[in-house]
Amino acid sequence: MTSTSLPTTPGPGSGAAAAAAFADVTRSDASLRRFLHGLPGVDQVGAEARAATLGTRSIKTTAKAFAIDLAIRMVDLTTLEGQDTHGKVRALAAKAMHPDPADPSCPMTAAVCVYGDLVATAREVLGDSGVHVAAVATAFPSGRASLGVKLADVRDAVEAGADEIDMVIDRGAFLSGRYLDVHDEIVAVREACRRPDGTDAHLKVIFETGELQTYDNVRRASWLAMMAGGHFIKTSTGKVQPAATLPVTLVMLEAVRDFRDATGQMVGVKPAGGIRSTKDAIKYLVMVNEVAGQDWLDPDWFRFGASTLLNDLLMQRTKMTTGRYSGPDYFTLD
Amino acid sequence: MTPTPTSRAFEYAPAPESRAVVDIKASYGLFIDGEFVDGRGTSFKTVNPATEEVLSEVAEANDADVDRAVKAARRAHDRVWGPMPGRERAKYLYRIARIIQERGRELAVLESIDNGKPIRESRDVDVPTVAAHFFYYAGWADKLEYSGYGSTPLGVAGQVIPWNFPLLMLAWKIAPALACGNTVVLKPAETTPLTALLFAEICQQADLPPGVVNIITGAGDTGRALVAHPGIDKVAFTGSTDVGRAIARQVAGTTKKVTLELGGKAANIVFDDAPVDQAVEGIVNGIFFNQGHVCCAGSRLLVQESVADEVLERLKRRMSTLRLGDPLDKNTDIGAINSAEQLAKIRELSEIGEREVSGAGERWAPPCELPATGYWFPPTLFTGVTQAHRIAREEVFGPVLSVLTFRTPAEAVEKANNTPYGLSAGVWTDKGSLILHMANRLRAGVVWANTFNKFDPTSPFGGYQESGYGREGGRHGLEAYLKGTQA
Repeated sequence: MTSTSLPTTPGPGSGAAAAAAFADVTRSDASLRRFLHGLPGVDQVGAEARAATLGTRSIKTTAKAFAIDLAIRMVDLTTLEGQDTHGKVRALAAKAMHPDPADPSCPMTAAVCVYGDLVATAREVLGDSGVHVAAVATAFPSGRASLGVKLADVRDAVEAGADEIDMVIDRGAFLSGRYLDVHDEIVAVREACRRPDGTDAHLKVIFETGELQTYDNVRRASWLAMMAGGHFIKTSTGKVQPAATLPVTLVMLEAVRDFRDATGQMVGVKPAGGIRSTKDAIKYLVMVNEVAGQDWLDPDWFRFGASTLLNDLLMQRTKMTTGRYSGPDYFTLD
Repeated sequence: MTPTPTSRAFEYAPAPESRAVVDIKASYGLFIDGEFVDGRGTSFKTVNPATEEVLSEVAEANDADVDRAVKAARRAHDRVWGPMPGRERAKYLYRIARIIQERGRELAVLESIDNGKPIRESRDVDVPTVAAHFFYYAGWADKLEYSGYGSTPLGVAGQVIPWNFPLLMLAWKIAPALACGNTVVLKPAETTPLTALLFAEICQQADLPPGVVNIITGAGDTGRALVAHPGIDKVAFTGSTDVGRAIARQVAGTTKKVTLELGGKAANIVFDDAPVDQAVEGIVNGIFFNQGHVCCAGSRLLVQESVADEVLERLKRRMSTLRLGDPLDKNTDIGAINSAEQLAKIRELSEIGEREVSGAGERWAPPCELPATGYWFPPTLFTGVTQAHRIAREEVFGPVLSVLTFRTPAEAVEKANNTPYGLSAGVWTDKGSLILHMANRLRAGVVWANTFNKFDPTSPFGGYQESGYGREGGRHGLEAYLKGTQA
């Protein structure tokens, strides 16, 4: 349904290849605009209805146990406060490795997510536990700084040991139609994610969907970030309301599904902000399962940006194994 | 970047809704003059189409029973319901609506057991829409003088409803009739009488005066006796075009007013600029909602040729995620076919379709295991269909979609209108002006734009040509139950 047809050559599996496949599209502002505005529209009422219907799935017993453990493994345990301290981050990192100290069968979270200056602290505690360190960068959360400052922010975090960089796009540029600026900035940040040994920190691209407002914009931003080589597309910073919603995530999951169909390449999705209960998390997993497909049901391809969600998952997990629901006093604050 | 091989399938565990909430009696009588009485015909059994389990034995109303019911309705009309002020009638209707909400779970479970439709639909669509219908027409009861059709009721209405939406069709018939001051004798379909009989209990619970609502059960003979009874002033029927024709013949030359809501073969038209993911959702909802047992189902997909392959690919992928099985499982999308007879008809037309498209297209259904007992048919589509095929012309009334293509809006209109029916149509495009252009040219009672199968009590519904006549719902729906200002 696009007026501009998609390049159909599947990339061999690197972001650079995807970027090459879309070289014609990203050549100029005009061609990029033509492509993004040629993507099929999103009908708001229909998208919200579909998300609501998926939300009525009833996930019980074995399916619920499976979903809870999967959700724990997908959590990017996050603290992004002005009042964060080294002590707070150490405690959070310890929790990420052993979310339920009383139960060794409880899986670890995917990552801890902190500001750049606290990366080294998190790295020190997490070591090679397998829990990743994710850092927000590029003048998070507003993204209002010069490109040089943003790139320095990224390099600093990567040098300090970040495995993953969560960048914000320039929403001002996006909303004023300067798509190429947004694209080139993502490409530059991706370059800045490169380590001296040639490996990359994984790049998550935050749209701040609460500021983009329309689902058409969310779909366009998704393609823009994927074409620029982002490893993950992420809904929100958590600092703007509304943050992650089911329909926004639906549109993003459709985008990564379609992108794989067009290029053979998978991109991950991370809803962040506002997901607090197990019930909500399971609704997201159902949506991943039925919209993008089973391949995305893995911490490598789907994450939850959350802080309070983890404890609810732990409480529900304990209830499933013991049959009793213990109060929040039985789970660590951080 | 290949998918991690360790990712496991997310299998949904069974999540059955409890049956404990319903109490199905071993046998049911007829509901006449406010109480349950024995029928004098030969009682029959109603079965659960998902399991073929016999649910209950139901009385058959013979001519004498029909006569008794019509006389009870006449008495109630002349003495109680007709003279009652509209605002008093409204109180009863509001009370019924609230009881329907309160007993919503019971009604939904019973509907799914007797009809085979998924509990997700009976719970989230049927029952809430039923309550909404009673609330809406309760609001009209004291405002009829503003309707444009006067405020004089016709008298006694004989109503015959189908098995696809047993309770919803009952609401469409009874709510406007009662609001206007008529009394009714209603015959539910012989395969789905149970929720109508539960509704009779609700009438008792609401203290509705005896005789205002009478429910008589039975098959074709009972329906014919009701339609032929000289004591009724109005016939309202929803069902097949064949029976609709017979009814029209039967009442010709009498003073009975008639509304018929019959079959359809709706076109769901997808343009190349459509919001494609929502269009696919709309196609699925259009034809697989309620196993396709929907008179306004979007059974003909007309897709613009330039995007046909893409839409078809997405549609097939989406169909592969549909979950068929136990109607009471909360995760079921496709339930059971209502009866062995209907299943046989769907199979027959599908086999004809398979022969018709052979060489040009295919018959396709996702891999899908059908339960061993009960009546089941997988969601199916046919490609390579042309207007000349029976599968594109006849109403299948099952989960079977014919896919046709078009090149221009004019061709889409031509193909969409090339049917003896004319109940509904769907248009999918991002272009507002094209929606209006199409809506003006499509010969269908309802044209949905970027959606499908949406029912609201405030919106009139009805057909052209062989899809019947008269409108139900909204202000227009009152016309069928009022004498009009000319009288």
